[in-house]
Amino acid sequence: MEKIKTLTKQAEFKRKIVIVIALIVLLIAFGCINPAYLSYNNIMTILLATSTNGLLALGVSWPIMTGGIDISVGTVMTFSCVMSGMAFNALGLPIGLCIIFGILVGAFCGFLNGFMSAKLGLPPMIASLAMQMITKGLSLVVSECRPVYFTDCEWYQNIAIGNFLGINGFYNAVIILIGMCVLSYIIFSKTIFGRYTLSIGSNVEATRLSGINTDNWLIGVYTLCGVFSGMAGLVLSSRLNSAQPALGPGYEMDAIAAAVIGGNSLLGGEGTIVGTLIGALIISSLQNGLRILQISTETQYAIIGVVLIITVAFDQRRKKKKENK
Amino acid sequence: MKKRLVALLVTASMMAMSLFGCSSPESADDAADAAAETPAEESTGEEAAAESTEDNNYIAMIALGFSHQYWQAVKQGAEEAAEELGYRITFEGPEQETMVDKQVDMLKTAIQNNPAAICMAAIDTQSVAEILQEEKAKGIPIVGFDAGVGEEESDVKCSTDSVAAGALAAEHAGELLGGEGKIAIIGHSQTVIDAVERVQGFEEKIKADYPGIEIVDIQYGDGDHVKSAEIAKSMVTAVPDLDLIYTSNEGSCVGAYNGLKEAGKIGEVMLIGFDSSAAMKEAVRSGEIVGAITQDPIGMGRAAVESAVKLLNGEEVESFIDTGCYWYDASNMDDENIAPLLYD
Repeated sequence: MEKIKTLTKQAEFKRKIVIVIALIVLLIAFGCINPAYLSYNNIMTILLATSTNGLLALGVSWPIMTGGIDISVGTVMTFSCVMSGMAFNALGLPIGLCIIFGILVGAFCGFLNGFMSAKLGLPPMIASLAMQMITKGLSLVVSECRPVYFTDCEWYQNIAIGNFLGINGFYNAVIILIGMCVLSYIIFSKTIFGRYTLSIGSNVEATRLSGINTDNWLIGVYTLCGVFSGMAGLVLSSRLNSAQPALGPGYEMDAIAAAVIGGNSLLGGEGTIVGTLIGALIISSLQNGLRILQISTETQYAIIGVVLIITVAFDQRRKKKKENK
Repeated sequence: MKKRLVALLVTASMMAMSLFGCSSPESADDAADAAAETPAEESTGEEAAAESTEDNNYIAMIALGFSHQYWQAVKQGAEEAAEELGYRITFEGPEQETMVDKQVDMLKTAIQNNPAAICMAAIDTQSVAEILQEEKAKGIPIVGFDAGVGEEESDVKCSTDSVAAGALAAEHAGELLGGEGKIAIIGHSQTVIDAVERVQGFEEKIKADYPGIEIVDIQYGDGDHVKSAEIAKSMVTAVPDLDLIYTSNEGSCVGAYNGLKEAGKIGEVMLIGFDSSAAMKEAVRSGEIVGAITQDPIGMGRAAVESAVKLLNGEEVESFIDTGCYWYDASNMDDENIAPLLYD
């Protein structure tokens, strides 16, 4: 177990260096073409744009570390904020309770994903596909296909776009993202939860044979992912001051792309938290930069796809080299 | 195994829906239809076959989308007209306005129910042309609404003249800017015909009548609020002296509004929208959105059903019914002729 730990630490360090360099190159390149790209306001814009996808990516990286996947993160995000909004508008509960309720809804969806894969034996892809459909449908049913507004709470929008400690232009959403990243990192590197997650990912049978109840830990992993989706729902709905029931499909792919660019292997058994965050930053820096350069939307998609290939191919080559040694 | 899984999924989602939807049985049914479509394709086929009795009062309506308020308004108009005329309608649309294949499946399933008439807004007119021609050959009236269907297939089209709608927005933009300035456009689709025409109509009018105005950037945000917000923010960063943003639907407009708000550019950069929603109405009322174009979705749904019934009764119908478009802003949004066209 200790060996796994040190190995992953070394690997994580190397991987991080590569993508940090990629991010810096990207920032400098765009900055040279248009200096406004590196202005304080635009950097904050990029960070704010990362907040939702970053939270989803941090969440989805947990199931990915176990060799699983959760493709319901986008719609669970939407469902949790729709439920929170309905609790606020239809039931008239205090906003604080509604926020907690929304995050619990996310956690519960994650719990069900874990339960379906661990106890019912559904492949995680199928379990979360089902959850994606269910939450997509329920978001529309519960909201009656209308946006759910939080306008009755004056400060709700400040949760995401209020200024942190009054610093001009420094959004709270960025602090939420950093806070959740730190939390995720602590769980990953300092607790047995993180170690068991990686252990399950590298060999679930061996882990089970060593006396660990892998089913329960897996459920825990998916529940944690659900909590992150719930947090993303909070940030998103606060930014828009409303829960948009039709949003969500497609967001899971951006999140998975960020996790993969960050250096998480879809085979499981290794993982990186900071890398995931940087992966999400790379995607939004790229999107923002291409938009500022006024490159057409169609081309933007293609470019991001190419970047995904390059980063993963790079990562594969590095792994092969390591194996050959 | 696969079938059992699908069946389990459908049952589970139905159960969950009946749990959540108990307060509003009507809408729960509608949305259950929409949500259950995906996993239940095989089973709906059977049900459809079982249901297909001699039912001549049934009109199938298939839209570009379903969940958006705009489509809900079209549905409302269609339902009202159907009730008055003694007809029954089904109203369906895919979750995203890009899912051509899903829409084709919906059409095929609807045909299984032997509708008396079909009203359709096709995402891709080519992909449904053959199916609709077959139905038309059987003597079933085909009514295009909104984006419509191909000219050969349809007996009548009820929609907004989107080029004219875009031009109307351009006229007001030109006046607001006094004939000089920089404009950026946030569209919601590069492929759906009326979305393209809204941008095209706007561009053409500006180029023709306002030589002092420059269109500096056009980007597309899929009508997604968050994407459109990011686009608006990058636009004001790239072009610091931007004067106005024109957006082609509700999602783009509210998204851009949020983006400008986050960037602190409300008031500095004017915003013109399209369609309406509770959030848009509030921002228009406060002047933060200078104005917007509204169509008449309720009237459109009504016109589609009414034309279908006329055709069924053998009456003559004009080949194009323009359901109109109107400019609204803080000054006229409560007027008698405008207020009913604005929906939440």
